[in-house]
Amino acid sequence: MTTLAASPKLISKAPSGPIESRWTRHVDALKLINPTNKRKFTILVVGTGLAGASAAASLAELGYHVKTFCLQDSPRRAHSIAAQGGINAAKNYRNDGDSVWRLFYDTIKGGDFRAREANVYRLAELSVHIIDQCVAQGVPFAREYGGLLDNRSFGGAQVSRTFYARGQTGQQLLLGAYSAMMRQVEAGRVELYPRREMLDLVLIHNQARGIICRNLVTGQLEAYVGDAVVLCTGGYGNAYFLATYAKNSNATAIWRCYKRGALFADPCFTQIHPTCIPVTGDYQSKLTLMSESLRNDGRVWVPKKKGDTRPPNEIPEDERDYYLERKYPGYGNLAPRDISSRAAKAVCDERRGVGASGKAVYLDFSDTIREKGLDYIKEQYGNLFEMYQHITAEDPYRVPMRIYPAVHYTMGGLWVDYNLMSTIPGLFVLGEANFSDHGANRLGASALMQGLADGYFIIPYTIGDYLADASLPKVKPDQREFRETQAEVEAKLKRLLAIQGDKTLLEFHRELGLLLWDYVGMARNAQGLQQAIEKIRHLRQEFWQNVKIPGSNDMLNKSLEMAGRVADFLELGELMALDALQREESCGAHFREEYQTPDGEALRNDERFSHVAAWEYAGEDQPPELHKEPLVFEFVKPTVRSYK
Amino acid sequence: MTLHLRIWRQAHAQASGRFVSYTVKDLSPDMSFLEMLDVLNEELTKKGEAPVEFDSDCREGICGTCGFVIDGVAHGPRRGRTVCQLYLRDFRDGQSVTLEPFRAKAFPVIQDLVVDRSAFERIIAAGGYISVDTGSAPDANSILIPKEVAEGAFDAAACIGCGACVAACPNASASLFVSAKIAHLALLPQGQPERHRRVLKMVAQMDRENFGNCSNHGECEAVCPKNISIKQIALMRREYLTEIWKNFRAL
Repeated sequence: MTTLAASPKLISKAPSGPIESRWTRHVDALKLINPTNKRKFTILVVGTGLAGASAAASLAELGYHVKTFCLQDSPRRAHSIAAQGGINAAKNYRNDGDSVWRLFYDTIKGGDFRAREANVYRLAELSVHIIDQCVAQGVPFAREYGGLLDNRSFGGAQVSRTFYARGQTGQQLLLGAYSAMMRQVEAGRVELYPRREMLDLVLIHNQARGIICRNLVTGQLEAYVGDAVVLCTGGYGNAYFLATYAKNSNATAIWRCYKRGALFADPCFTQIHPTCIPVTGDYQSKLTLMSESLRNDGRVWVPKKKGDTRPPNEIPEDERDYYLERKYPGYGNLAPRDISSRAAKAVCDERRGVGASGKAVYLDFSDTIREKGLDYIKEQYGNLFEMYQHITAEDPYRVPMRIYPAVHYTMGGLWVDYNLMSTIPGLFVLGEANFSDHGANRLGASALMQGLADGYFIIPYTIGDYLADASLPKVKPDQREFRETQAEVEAKLKRLLAIQGDKTLLEFHRELGLLLWDYVGMARNAQGLQQAIEKIRHLRQEFWQNVKIPGSNDMLNKSLEMAGRVADFLELGELMALDALQREESCGAHFREEYQTPDGEALRNDERFSHVAAWEYAGEDQPPELHKEPLVFEFVKPTVRSYK
Repeated sequence: MTLHLRIWRQAHAQASGRFVSYTVKDLSPDMSFLEMLDVLNEELTKKGEAPVEFDSDCREGICGTCGFVIDGVAHGPRRGRTVCQLYLRDFRDGQSVTLEPFRAKAFPVIQDLVVDRSAFERIIAAGGYISVDTGSAPDANSILIPKEVAEGAFDAAACIGCGACVAACPNASASLFVSAKIAHLALLPQGQPERHRRVLKMVAQMDRENFGNCSNHGECEAVCPKNISIKQIALMRREYLTEIWKNFRAL
């Protein structure tokens, strides 16, 4: 294999040597700041989901002065709260052969060998401490009768290592991190700034030294000074309009940092989750996930016959195709997300899909109900079944659920080194906002793990190393750099409001979403991607000439908030398509139709694409510059990913 | 289907508000209630009028962001659901529906249906946590918690902090919200060391925030989208009285 030299912009700082001790040795070599000096540093943490809340709490416990910002009215509402199924940890409490190594291996393989080995090993290593921390905070995880913690299985693994709190694991973990942060609020070490949206990053001597926020109640722009900025603002899946994200989730913070010089890595790696409630109409505002944990007990099937419109209970057993069990007997219904989603698309493309739109497959619990009883299902998944019933008005205890893939997570994000620092000194990126440890496909129950590992156990160590060495002159929020950045933000808001065209934001956003779904969705090809780039450019031009935004800048104005986000999605969407176009291989969730095996599986090209693709902004309407960080595998041999 | 809406419009916190009527047509019964408001806002925007501001985020009933009063009931007609989990099939074609914000002294209106619930943050900051610094936790399985206890704690911990309980209470009491956190932590072994100071501090903060007292109306339980039981309030009172009595005896 030819060795690719890393771009000088992308020094990963990942340590070498035996993988088991890399993180420990790295920590030993990091510089420290003595406890009395820590309080002299102010850290701005943007976003208060699992990564942000855990980082804010842990940094404040160490003595740093922390300011946290969130666009919701309360930090407890960040979208981590909606994670249902669980969190992985290599505790091996089941005695089923789990280990740090195996979680590392599953995650690297699950990501189709497109993540850094050292990062993923560290993630697996830290996973065990996360569970300890959360239990100590009072997170009410599911228990067995003996009082020990319970586990279940998730996709892409053959062990039971997922800890859970009914179908509300994200909620309980977030409330744990939030409560730890609120304890620091009381102690005076964390200041909360809710209903604030970060609209730009302020650089002084090329260091991240502050942010410009819009106060979402008054419309005022506010400048905040810090010694470092920690972005924990989540993923960008709402670019697709219909997604399982919260309505306000957006890419604005990371996108504006990209435009200030932070490199954006692997933007085309977007996860389409196989088990979501299908789209019902064009008025729809979002999609709802049905947890992957349901695949522990539900069987996925479609009719064998094309265009079979009989109700599911009238289709006899031998006329059903349990296609996941058939194609992937080793993992069956627990095949990883990318593979399960593509398989669902394939059977629907063959006109074997079910429901009114033909874009759905069945997730059937009748066998489990027969074997283990209704009470078992109620206890395990009661709230999910209820949610399904609310949305569809169908009773999943009686008829199989109808599910279809939907946009759920983004593996891409701002590029970070092993210390979670972006290419801008002093700008750290945690959780889903960074390009992360999940490679080209994230396994279930790993997002919560990564967000909390970053916030509780990595940033508290690595930020000190930066602060100890950085030269940080005193800055004021009224100095030139702040004033200039604020003026740019203000000009953009005014420009948006001044257009007063004919089309609403929702119309633009829906149109962009459909483009991305059709061309940069579950299956992509060169021609489609080129078309998408053209079409997105046109749409963007039209947006800046013809969007209609009501209200003014000096008040609560949710349309104006959304306008900035949609404007950014219209730029990011093009980069997603460009990244997908240049990656001439299929890997994980990135499936290029030109590159597949005879039986339709993803065909990787390690020779040419065993690297992270990181894009550098080059100015308005200029093609971004591509940088590459080679991915070297010393411990795991990249193989054809098989779940058969 | 068609809905006739009467919606509380208020430009900002200091402005006086009033009800404004709107009719929205060509709706699908499978549409969510908030999607219906999205449709209304699209129409208002196109006509050059100010859209109706309301908070919502996850739109799947877990973040606690959304919430207003529909025909006098916080979160509307379906028990155990948030506003975002209502569908138009829960309403009749041609029905008249009145929307107004959660009303309580401690929840000032910001605009239209958007209110300020930051009082809840200050109550949690007063003691709604277990003091455990990152890195100092023992192995997770070294703390045995019987299944029933964990389930009981979960029932209380399921609170989403939406504030419907306050809006529904004739006294605008936050007792259900506060008791849910107190019960969650008081039931677990990890919560024991701070159990006593926690209840005193959180209740004191609740009082400072201008919430009323609980007088057992039970309206909070009736509107709670997570079906949190009023028995949590009984538990909170028992915890509180025990502490007060202990302090009294110590005098």
